[in-house]
Amino acid sequence: MASTIIQRKKIETVSPTRKLVMGIVFVVISGLILLFFALNSEAEWITTFVMNPGGLERGLAGDWVLPTSLTLYVLVGLTLGMGIYQLLRGFGKQTNAILGVVVALFVFAFLTWAAGGKSLNLGGMLSSAVLLSVPITLGAFSGVLCERAGVVNIAIEGMMLMASMVGALVGSITQSLIIGLLASIAASVLLALVHAVLSIKYKINQIISGTVINIFSAGMTSYISAKFLQRYEYLNGPPIFPRFPIPLLADIPIIGPILFNQNIFVYAMFILLIVLQVALFRTRWGLRLRSVGEHPKAADTLGINVFRTRYMAVLLGGVVAGIGGAFFTLGSVGRFDEMMTAGKGYIGLAAMVFGNWTPIGSFGAGMLFGFADSIATKLSILGTTIPPQFMSMAPYITTMIVLAGIVGKGQMPAADGEPYEKE
Amino acid sequence: MTQDNENKHNFNKLNHVAEEVLADSTKKKSIWQTMLIPALAILTGLILGAVIIISTSEEVYTGFQQSFGAGLSASWSAVANSYSSLFKGAFGDPAYIIESLRSGDALEIRRALNPFLESLVVATPYIFAGLAVALGFRAGLFNIGVEGQLFMGAIAATYVGYSIKGLPGFIHMPLALLAGAAGGAIWGFVPGWLKAKTGGHEVINTIMMNWIAFRLTEWLLTGPMTRPNAGRIPVSPIIEKSAEIPQFFKAPIRFHLGFFIALAVAYLIYWLLFKTTWGFNLRTVGANPRAAKYAGMNIARNTIMAMTISGALAGLAGANQVLAINRSMAIGLSSGYGFDSIALALLGNSHPFGVILGALFFGVLRNGATKMMVTTAIPIDIISILQALILMFVAAPAIIRAIYRIRKPKAGDEAVVFAGSWGGNK
Amino acid sequence: MTPVLELKGITKQFPGVLANDHIDLTLNKGEILVLLGENGAGKTTLMNILYGLYQPTEGEIWVEGKKIEVHSPTDAINAGIGMVHQHFMLIPVFTVTENVMLGDESTKAGGFLDPETAAQKIRHISNQYNLAVEPSAYVKDLPVGVQQRVEIIKLLYREADILIFDEPTAVLTPQEADELFVIMRELVNQGKSIIFITHKLREILDVSDRIMVVRRGKIVGETTPQEADQNKLAAMMVGREVQLDLEKSPAQLGETVLSVTDLTVTDDQKQITVDNVSLTVQSGEILGIAGVQGNGQTELVEAITGLRNPIDGKIEILGNNITHATPRQVTELGVAHVPEDRQRDGLVLSFPIYENLVLNTYYQEPYAKGVNLYYDRIYKNADQLIEDFDVRTPGASTPVGSLSGGNQQKVIIARELSRPIKFLVASQPTRGLDVGSIEYIHNRIVKKRDDGCAVMLVSPELDEIMKLSDRIAVMYRGKIIAVLDANKVTKEEVGLWMAGINPNDSKNNNRESANNQKI
Repeated sequence: MASTIIQRKKIETVSPTRKLVMGIVFVVISGLILLFFALNSEAEWITTFVMNPGGLERGLAGDWVLPTSLTLYVLVGLTLGMGIYQLLRGFGKQTNAILGVVVALFVFAFLTWAAGGKSLNLGGMLSSAVLLSVPITLGAFSGVLCERAGVVNIAIEGMMLMASMVGALVGSITQSLIIGLLASIAASVLLALVHAVLSIKYKINQIISGTVINIFSAGMTSYISAKFLQRYEYLNGPPIFPRFPIPLLADIPIIGPILFNQNIFVYAMFILLIVLQVALFRTRWGLRLRSVGEHPKAADTLGINVFRTRYMAVLLGGVVAGIGGAFFTLGSVGRFDEMMTAGKGYIGLAAMVFGNWTPIGSFGAGMLFGFADSIATKLSILGTTIPPQFMSMAPYITTMIVLAGIVGKGQMPAADGEPYEKE
Repeated sequence: MTQDNENKHNFNKLNHVAEEVLADSTKKKSIWQTMLIPALAILTGLILGAVIIISTSEEVYTGFQQSFGAGLSASWSAVANSYSSLFKGAFGDPAYIIESLRSGDALEIRRALNPFLESLVVATPYIFAGLAVALGFRAGLFNIGVEGQLFMGAIAATYVGYSIKGLPGFIHMPLALLAGAAGGAIWGFVPGWLKAKTGGHEVINTIMMNWIAFRLTEWLLTGPMTRPNAGRIPVSPIIEKSAEIPQFFKAPIRFHLGFFIALAVAYLIYWLLFKTTWGFNLRTVGANPRAAKYAGMNIARNTIMAMTISGALAGLAGANQVLAINRSMAIGLSSGYGFDSIALALLGNSHPFGVILGALFFGVLRNGATKMMVTTAIPIDIISILQALILMFVAAPAIIRAIYRIRKPKAGDEAVVFAGSWGGNK
Repeated sequence: MTPVLELKGITKQFPGVLANDHIDLTLNKGEILVLLGENGAGKTTLMNILYGLYQPTEGEIWVEGKKIEVHSPTDAINAGIGMVHQHFMLIPVFTVTENVMLGDESTKAGGFLDPETAAQKIRHISNQYNLAVEPSAYVKDLPVGVQQRVEIIKLLYREADILIFDEPTAVLTPQEADELFVIMRELVNQGKSIIFITHKLREILDVSDRIMVVRRGKIVGETTPQEADQNKLAAMMVGREVQLDLEKSPAQLGETVLSVTDLTVTDDQKQITVDNVSLTVQSGEILGIAGVQGNGQTELVEAITGLRNPIDGKIEILGNNITHATPRQVTELGVAHVPEDRQRDGLVLSFPIYENLVLNTYYQEPYAKGVNLYYDRIYKNADQLIEDFDVRTPGASTPVGSLSGGNQQKVIIARELSRPIKFLVASQPTRGLDVGSIEYIHNRIVKKRDDGCAVMLVSPELDEIMKLSDRIAVMYRGKIIAVLDANKVTKEEVGLWMAGINPNDSKNNNRESANNQKI
């Protein structure tokens, strides 16, 4: 904070290097589409995208039938045009959004090419992407809540794992979805409380505190699973939340089946998205929460209780992670398997970083990562030679690229990870 | 110089020598004080572990249904059985050891001591992995990517182990170990480089690198490096005999040279950290990067070096497992060494010798728990719970002090081992 | 008339330190009370107690004749007490409105923020007290002077009647400080009461109605600006007549050691903070760089010591071009650097003294050969320097963090001055130290000069600059606007230069005389 009194000259406003780099990236992507897809497809290929996820009767739509080659050349042109515009004029503040569009076009080009001469159920793929993104996005929301208040939470993985196990166990015993879900949330909140006490009260390094919880959860869930769930089948057979089509909305073609004919976890995700986005940035509660994450001492001098605010944020983060954890057992699989969260909590953290610590951004990143997962599982069906593992790596690599600041540095809360020391 | 001054000098020198013994330049405490908190942390962890064993034991519940006394005795026997079988599993059965010593039969003695030797075998990867985390801590870096580096080390060692044929053992085995170190080093280098050059936080990056490593391994083991005729099972070919780290005794005793390699590496790291300019550099950058910069040290280079060496150590952990124990690479190579080693590095105060002690303890625990699982049907996962609890108590000594009513040490005496946030290069 | 505020017997005991010792203080309505004292005298502690950030060990707080309990800032705010903190309590990524209303938000139904109503109120306050600020601007985009206005608005927004200003001028130019004094006077004219904490003698005579002097946690005297002068106040503050001057022989100039030509440097935000600066320092002289904090001194020093890469210009030490050299290369040329923030930049607090004493020479003979460190030699060096530089410590293995500030600084001075150096850069070498340590360090620096070392002293403390320098270069908005002969210039003149005003310029004479009058 040394020196702002001088009327200093700005050397530059937008980094020209970044503008140039992004322009080149766009052009390179355009080149890739041309080289690998457009030039690699037969002229007579027709790509058929089926837009209806299997097994649904509402909101049906016709298939998209596209001439493969022509579509690809159009995509080449579009991306090239954006690249040239970026190089000459620059998109300025919209650059990141445009990057998203270009990447999306690239993925679309890939799918068009891969399904050339065949048909691909794009609707089903999108529908499963939404489902796969649920735990990632909820994990990211949990992270947003904690980190906006200044508490780094890498324990989301552990919280979700514990929640999924407890949800399965309690759901099986009671055969009640609601009680199972509530138990999941309670388990996760309990761990969140531990994290909060360790990092807020005892001020231990928050990453270590998170590691404690992750190791503990991995141990505890596997212990219970080995000792009880695997031995007594009736303890590991919870009911599953059924698909619940929303009246009217579910009948909209394409969007309806993908977004509005899912189970309550998907809707919870949408509702949380809106609620969090508004609450964080439009309400007194959110202003106070963010102030604690940016400059806790300033908040303290204005009479805001830093500790209480942080506890509340972490516990709410626990609630959200609990819902995310319950999704695994009560929302999709219907039984608990050891380590079944498989790193989704960590990817959620990545989505949060990618989404610039905002609910809307986290949601977008979560969807993207879910989509990558969804493509990975469909790759073999498409008969491409790309190993599905590489597709699954994409989210991790993207996150590292984002962190490196190539796509522009995010706005991390200034006091994130720093314990507040009240003198 | 006056006599007084002379004395003062000598006295100071004595002081310095005393510290030498402690070999910890950041603290001035007696060994006892240094060990107090970790010892109490372990004790408390074991007590809480007992509570978990009791509360998940069916016998205890049936006992309490009969009478309070029966419940208590069932609780006691549950804990006693578990911990005594853990002890026997880890150190051997004292009665059997004494008997074998009396008989004087060398084979019998070895068999009797095998549980303890097996504990050392289990401790070996912990030493490497713990050193990796500890070195990172000393440099102010949180290497949470040991797990991934371990995988990359293992896969590199495996590849060198099976693909090169016809080398003599004294070349092939070290070569495979080095390959393991290199594999891990690359995986450490990337986040180190990213941190140094872009400020990208190593915690997120190493987590991402972990998952990339898992996927990459999966692909390699089902694709380019898959064992012929293994079907779709993700497993590598078996390594050449010449690449194996030799075991000292015949099967089933697995005690092998790797343990001593680990000790030697720990000493090497100790020497590097506390006896060389390089270590001085690294510790300064870790303790106060701004002061290091002002003193003319190169922070970026240090960060990259520290992460690379940390990765290499983790890679050695993986190579050790493949070359000495598994002889081939499979997906289930590691049972969470990467995360456990964070706990043991903290338990060992991020000091190489402390890491050895911590690793031995974790080795004993895990090996003992394996036997405990067989005899008492308590899942081995109990030790992850113990490790988490111990980590918590070591990291938050205030809890331990509150439980045992120990006075707070003088200010500054208990330096925070590691403080960092997402902020990157602040 | 009941005083608006009364403190009775406030005592604060920290572990090992009695920060406040039965302090009694009264503040009357509509007055500016200056609380004068050295750094560490206990002024800020006292005010933090008043504001509820600390709890007193004993003592009572009375507001408007009623005893109140202040357990938290909320209590203080409710009692009409507001504080402008030394380090601003503003959130850079929030707007002015958000910063001001935080904790006392205007909301619509359901907790939704209503920034427009708050902005309206802010504009109203702006007009009433002449505090121009744009409510929708982001704080990070505002100059420091305006940020301070936001801090004041925060208090007025909460309808505080008792305003505490903690060292408010530390980051301001003299000009901005003058503007602040006008604002303060306006505030008391409209019925507010102010406690103004400072250790700067120069400014208080202009602005205060009453002065209380704090020393070692006690009130040691009370006076008015009419009765007091600077020397008397200084004596009260430090407890004895202070020799404001220092005996030193005339400079024996030698060869040119540092030569800076057309240097331009940017800060972390890529903004130019050192603008086309040229200067030289010769051996045997002390060049003082005067200027209000934040006028580019930090970046200038960083560029010279190799910590920051200049974008243009040239730096030479004894004929060696070091424009883009690393800190180590600069050190090896015989340059010593006493950094402005010793705990953050100069020391590793968790390391023992002996390691801190070789922090930048550990790799050289005799301490090391190749990669091997010889700790016995490092210990010996430490024992010697502890004696030579009078570092008060139980031993060489004590972590530096447990030493007092003065002794910490002595460790740095020992490390830097014990080497055979040709050039010393000292940035605020006595900041926050007790008078004894200050004198010791000043003497050491002058002695180094007399031994033929070139010295560049950077300090925002005019007294320190006047006392030590042979020549004074004034830095203002990134430029060296004057280089003055220390023997031929008065403190007042340097002060004007620091505000960017040329005292020889006739059209500014009005302003100068205005400054001398009481506002």
